[in-house]
Amino acid sequence: MPQLNLVDSINLALRQELTRDESVILLGEDVGLNGGVFRLTDGLQKEFGEARVRDTPLSEGGIMGTAVGLAHAGMKAVPEIQFEGFLGPAYDQLVNQAARCRTRNRGGMTCPLTVRVPVGGGIHAPELHSDSPEAVYVHTPGLKVVMASRPKAAKGLLASAIRDPDPVVFFEPKRVYRSFKEDVPDDDYTIEIGQAEVLETGDDLTIITWGASVFRCLEAADALPDHISAEVIDLQSLWPIDVETIVKSVSRTGRAVVVHEAPKTCGLGAEISALIQEHCFLNLEAPVQRVTGFDVTMPYYKLENDYLPDAARIGKALRETAAY
Amino acid sequence: MPTHDVFNGSVSRVEILSADGSIDEQLADEVRDVLDDEAVVAAYREMLVARELDDAAYRLQRSGRMGTFPQNKGQEAGPLAAAMTLIAGHDHVVPSYRENIALFHLGLPMHQILLHWMGDERGNDIDPKLGISPICISIGAHLPHAAGIGWKLKIDNDKHGTDRVCMAFFGDGATSEGAFHDGLNFAATGDAPVVFVCQNNGWAISVPTEKQTRSQTFAQKALAYGMPGFQADGNDLFASFKVCRDAVRHARAGNGPALVELTTYRIADHTTVDDASRYRSKEEHERGVASDPLIRTRRYLEARGQWNDDLEKQEKERATRIVKEVIATAMEIEKPGKSDIFDYAFATTPRELERQRETRRTGSLGQSPRQSTLSRVEADEAVTV
Ligand SMILES: Cc1ncc(C[n+]2csc(CCOP(=O)(O)OP(=O)(O)O)c2C)c(N)n1
Repeated sequence: MPQLNLVDSINLALRQELTRDESVILLGEDVGLNGGVFRLTDGLQKEFGEARVRDTPLSEGGIMGTAVGLAHAGMKAVPEIQFEGFLGPAYDQLVNQAARCRTRNRGGMTCPLTVRVPVGGGIHAPELHSDSPEAVYVHTPGLKVVMASRPKAAKGLLASAIRDPDPVVFFEPKRVYRSFKEDVPDDDYTIEIGQAEVLETGDDLTIITWGASVFRCLEAADALPDHISAEVIDLQSLWPIDVETIVKSVSRTGRAVVVHEAPKTCGLGAEISALIQEHCFLNLEAPVQRVTGFDVTMPYYKLENDYLPDAARIGKALRETAAY
Repeated sequence: MPTHDVFNGSVSRVEILSADGSIDEQLADEVRDVLDDEAVVAAYREMLVARELDDAAYRLQRSGRMGTFPQNKGQEAGPLAAAMTLIAGHDHVVPSYRENIALFHLGLPMHQILLHWMGDERGNDIDPKLGISPICISIGAHLPHAAGIGWKLKIDNDKHGTDRVCMAFFGDGATSEGAFHDGLNFAATGDAPVVFVCQNNGWAISVPTEKQTRSQTFAQKALAYGMPGFQADGNDLFASFKVCRDAVRHARAGNGPALVELTTYRIADHTTVDDASRYRSKEEHERGVASDPLIRTRRYLEARGQWNDDLEKQEKERATRIVKEVIATAMEIEKPGKSDIFDYAFATTPRELERQRETRRTGSLGQSPRQSTLSRVEADEAVTV
């Protein structure tokens, strides 16, 4: 079993899906010859040809709109948007066109596309290269939204996303791209969209998180005093959301902390807190806490670490919640 | 009814100073009113400083003192010539990120560019008197802004008899974005005095011109929007100046926008995180390096007895000195305070944001004081500012 980082596991998933299904097609800025600015699609154009792995003109609206057209025509389009900030010019096609497609056509003309987008801060990038807009897309009916934080899960999730008959936004936490490797089976497997993963079991409180924050939460959980044990849930699918796994855990621990990089207000933490309140009110021993980014524009990188939730900030919320 | 042409258009290319330093005297005479020997010497000195800053920025990035930096190397002549057709503080500039020299020429303190790429928003804190918009990272997004600024300038020009223009810079890749088309169309239909300057360096990261567009030129795109399109050798100070001045004169005279395409070559990688050898041939690169505007301008000045090795050495030393000072200025600026991230989100900070600022200070978020167990968690664990 190969040891792969996130970049290589996603590359492997793309290669396997391109091999498996002739209707899979990759498009985006620099994805071909250059293998993407993160080298994530490296080698794929060479292997599958320009007709299936295509460099496009520099236009996110064009990429997304063309992907919708490909999907309408029966292809499985996998557009890459170079950085999450550039979903902006593609927003109309993704939200107003792709997401409504099935409903509007009464299921006749569907939109099976998988939009791959690097996301999040912490890599000292320029403006518009460090945002966390996932809640915007979760709030859009008709889109599925996933964010894989680990190589093995990413491979299975991406396979599911590409095979899914509906549009899926596949966010890739760029801070994790090359941060570690793990065993990734090279055989064909999928991970169900809508399924969270419990990364660590614990009895005293539940941490719900996703993306690069997963690792800061694990770090914070590790640093807890011995008498507190935390359950760590990697949500992984942001929509559909795995309510059962959250409810099962929080009903048992009675305490929950939600952690995300995205701004606080109307972030997913708000939704998850409300779900916990709806389902677990009688089990709760403490108010649900959120440790998030702030309701400000993601700062340029000199201050990005003052914006991003770090293990110290998370740890404090964990201890407060446990002590409540 | 016979068919007949309903549209005919053409784009001509201007070249004055060739790569070996020889010059078309007749065409050069047309711009010598401004580009006399003294002005060309001054321009060359500016190019030396800009080149030195570019190399220094690269070294800062490599030594971990700066984030990603898009080098301007090789593209100095066109933007400088373009800026020379403007009146600092009178006209407005909407930049992208590969024309630092134009901004310096119009008065932007050089350390602000470094500050920007060092991840500090204060790099964008540009004196409003300069009429320079912040660097635009989102490709093409600034071109409709130029149309809007041009609209306002037109209102002022009509009312006060002024002749101000707006100039926007962008790359060849940007012409594929919807915002490019919006910008041109809005400026044209609004008769806005906007000069769109496309620096066609042949590449948008790894995507070559021929995959960006099937048009033979970028200049011809102007014709579809009902404005003139000019093309010039962007490594040629004289040709670039000529077409930019023609375009600016057109706009200043109240005839609406114009588009200028300056063909050039990006000598360096796209940015400090790019590796152009993955997609660009060695031969092409060597050709590009040979067309370096600095070499060309120097040859011209040498042929006219205006430059020599001693001057070159002396001026390079001056450039090094200036850039050292610029770097020192940028490095001496202290990191902004942590609370800075809340200060500029709104004109008046809403109460909820003030609360978030406070929770940032105390280290946890969302705790209502009545629910907080802060007292039970050791006080010294609070994350301090
Ligand atoms: C809207 C948008 N999409 C993608 C990017 C990422 N990106 C940065 S520069 C660049 C290529 C720009 O090429 P061009 O317009 O020719 O300008 P050049 O860099 O060559 O000067 C890309 C794709 C971006 N900054 N903005």
